[in-house]
Amino acid sequence: MEEEALELHYLTVHEASRLLAQREITSCQLTEAVLERIRQVDGRVRAYVTVTEDLALQQAEEADARLARGDATPLTGIPVCIKDVICTRGVRTTCSSRILENFVPPYDAHVTERLREAGAVMVGKSNMDEFAMGSSTENSRFFPTHNPWDLERVPGGSSGGSAAAVVAGECLFALGSDTGGSIRQPASLCGVAGLKPTYGRVSRFGLVAFASSLDQIGPLARDVRDCALAMDFIAGYDPRDSTSAPLEVPDFTAALGGDLTGLRIGVPREYFPEGMDAGVRQVISEAVRVMEGLGASVNWEVSLPSTRYALACYYIIAPSEASANLARYDGVKYGFSYQEGESMWENMEKTRQHGFGDEVKRRIMLGTYALSAGYYDAYYLKAQKVRTLIRREFDAALQSCDVLACPVSPTPAFRLGEKVDDPFQMYLSDVCTLPINIAGLPAISVPAGFVLAGGGPKGQRLPVGLQLIGRPFDEATVLRVAHAFQEATAWHKARPPL
Amino acid sequence: MVADASSQFNVPEGCVKPARLSLYPLPGECYNPASLIPEDMRQLGLTREEVLHIARLARVGLGEEDVARFQEQLSEILDHFDVLRQVDTESVPPTSHTLDLQNVTSPDQVRDSFPRKEILSNAPLPEEGFFRVRAVLE
Repeated sequence: MEEEALELHYLTVHEASRLLAQREITSCQLTEAVLERIRQVDGRVRAYVTVTEDLALQQAEEADARLARGDATPLTGIPVCIKDVICTRGVRTTCSSRILENFVPPYDAHVTERLREAGAVMVGKSNMDEFAMGSSTENSRFFPTHNPWDLERVPGGSSGGSAAAVVAGECLFALGSDTGGSIRQPASLCGVAGLKPTYGRVSRFGLVAFASSLDQIGPLARDVRDCALAMDFIAGYDPRDSTSAPLEVPDFTAALGGDLTGLRIGVPREYFPEGMDAGVRQVISEAVRVMEGLGASVNWEVSLPSTRYALACYYIIAPSEASANLARYDGVKYGFSYQEGESMWENMEKTRQHGFGDEVKRRIMLGTYALSAGYYDAYYLKAQKVRTLIRREFDAALQSCDVLACPVSPTPAFRLGEKVDDPFQMYLSDVCTLPINIAGLPAISVPAGFVLAGGGPKGQRLPVGLQLIGRPFDEATVLRVAHAFQEATAWHKARPPL
Repeated sequence: MVADASSQFNVPEGCVKPARLSLYPLPGECYNPASLIPEDMRQLGLTREEVLHIARLARVGLGEEDVARFQEQLSEILDHFDVLRQVDTESVPPTSHTLDLQNVTSPDQVRDSFPRKEILSNAPLPEEGFFRVRAVLE
């Protein structure tokens, strides 16, 4: 009888975990409710590439058995959505690309293993920009995902499917990946919390590589506490990832709580550019004042002058690394393979010509150019030096501040099709998020308010996320601040009109 | 010598480090001595020949309509990179990744790997336990 009052699919992870532990609901009920929600709304939202219904119900039964034995974790029996860039053994992993359309990994990513061991229930693999290259999920070679707040708008990208699935109740939490903003920006545009950990905090083993020095996997959820909970399970050293930091992982959920007395917040002025949406600017300013009200002191004059170089720096480094990482897609060992050519090289060239979408090709070519003989110094090496400057500025700012606060995206969700023909305009969506990946710092997007869509017939309200940036490996502070902000507001409780 | 955390060897001063995918130079060998590197990043816009050259290096086939379109889009993006010329990086070391880790190794121990069948499970043309490819050498 309880299910009628509760919308099971909109439970938070920690609420669901409590109800499961107390045997008030079962994982089978919870999983079936989420699968039913997917059936009802995913025809419109299109968050999922693959829904693993049978597997989910089987895992739910196993979870219920574990719960009955008293052998459960806080994630046991919880339905989770995994971005299709993360390998899942036996389950198709496409990166929303034609070149991997039928690829079934023979192994689990490290984070997938951790979730399986914890007893989480995988309901499916979510849609994304192809190979994580994009800011709107329109670069998916299958179909775009629609923003649940306004189905004619983008959910952001590249973890658009994960963000949309979370806010639409199509899972209780999700995993995404963030190379230039791909967790935080869709989290902001969809009104959910999304954390990018410090580079090296979460293992990249089994994450299909885009840019090896920038990629990180992280959680998306409707509640910051759920992000912390997910981090308790997925973070930590993995010897299979040579860039995995051999550091102790604190108890992230234990770190939550309390107000912000004594916390020093810095607001970097370069993150409020000319031309940013006035409504977004206001939401962020008010959010900072809320944190002030919770006891924090705010320095509004923090300056990170190298911010203006971050876009160029990122769009040299990321494509360069991508050009190397995507060289493996040649039709030899896996994936789409063109066979009608005259020679091996023609087959490989045509495999990649037909297998990759435009944005992927653009970035591979940009990267190839920047690394090529004669241009390496002027582009890649230069960008790496600018990277040092960007990181140094953050380090200096984070000596006198504990966190930095700023927008995630200069605008709310834009319309589908609005930016697809102008790649450079699309790149500008990430100006507030890219520098953080360049510096390797942890950062979260937390729901901070809404703006009204100008010109929309229904005057749709669109979510705006607040970005909080922390010191290296200080996710605990970032989560604690975001959680305190969330406790003082109700933005994260709003539901889209689906 | 210019040391670089991401490389396995030191590149002699004045040499351009080769792209990651090309063959590593033999010790003492140099690609493109500094004197041949253009001062400016680039002249205005990419030429069609440059686009085709890049596509060939990257082994990405391009249709005729694609060449002109990418030429325009890539040129616009590369134009923006000129902003980096404003930054003085004379005495700034490069950062290849943000962790203080170098030369991470694993012990040289024999461990189980995947069964051959699993490795071949996604092969486009598996044949007698191998990946079938077109002739590499004619």
